[in-house]
Amino acid sequence: MIEFVRNVRLWFVPEDVREEGATPDYRFSLANERTFLAWLRTALALIGGGFAVDQFLPDLRWGWRVGLALALLVAGVLCALRAVNHWVRCERAMRRGEDLPVSRFPALLSLVVAVVAVAMVVVVLVGWEG
Amino acid sequence: MTGPASRVRDPGLQPERTRLAWRRTTLSGTVAGVLAGKAALTGGVSTAGIVACALCCACWLGLLGVAHRRIRALAATSTPEVLAPRYATAAVLCTVALAVCGAALVARG
Repeated sequence: MIEFVRNVRLWFVPEDVREEGATPDYRFSLANERTFLAWLRTALALIGGGFAVDQFLPDLRWGWRVGLALALLVAGVLCALRAVNHWVRCERAMRRGEDLPVSRFPALLSLVVAVVAVAMVVVVLVGWEG
Repeated sequence: MTGPASRVRDPGLQPERTRLAWRRTTLSGTVAGVLAGKAALTGGVSTAGIVACALCCACWLGLLGVAHRRIRALAATSTPEVLAPRYATAAVLCTVALAVCGAALVARG
């Protein structure tokens, strides 16, 4: 938890990242940045999906529609926050010459997306009448 | 950084790939923003809808601004600086604000 607070502080205080270790090859930093951007796009896609569920499934029962849309929006928020946190952690690990941090997040996100997809299938098959 | 060493082209085209990644991200943001605008203004124009639409536009412009500055920084030299965490955080906050706006819109209607 203290580690997380420290990372959050680093989001806003860029200079502190440079205090530790040595600057890595700029190509590694750029690769890390692209990974961050890929996660940010995933977050934006989830948020867009949330809007789309709300907008383009008007015949759905209110509870299902709002529930699915909110689930996608919340997943998008978590994905975005995790993107910047993981980026800071990777950047620090590279500066210190440590192994890159491992993460359970991709597995969790896959499970959430799978659950939402199954829910969509169920809703489309049985839930149209409302 | 205008010496001869900085003119050497990276055969892996890392800065270009990163620039395009930023561009793709702004495109994703645009799609999400358009869907947000549709959600905000559908079913009649109301004050709340216009405020939400303006907030979504602000988030989109924020993301565009961050991407623009980063793309310019990437194009300036052939061995660019590390992305400033400030920018990363700004981009993420725009995304989160868009989602919060969306949650409010979804819960409303």
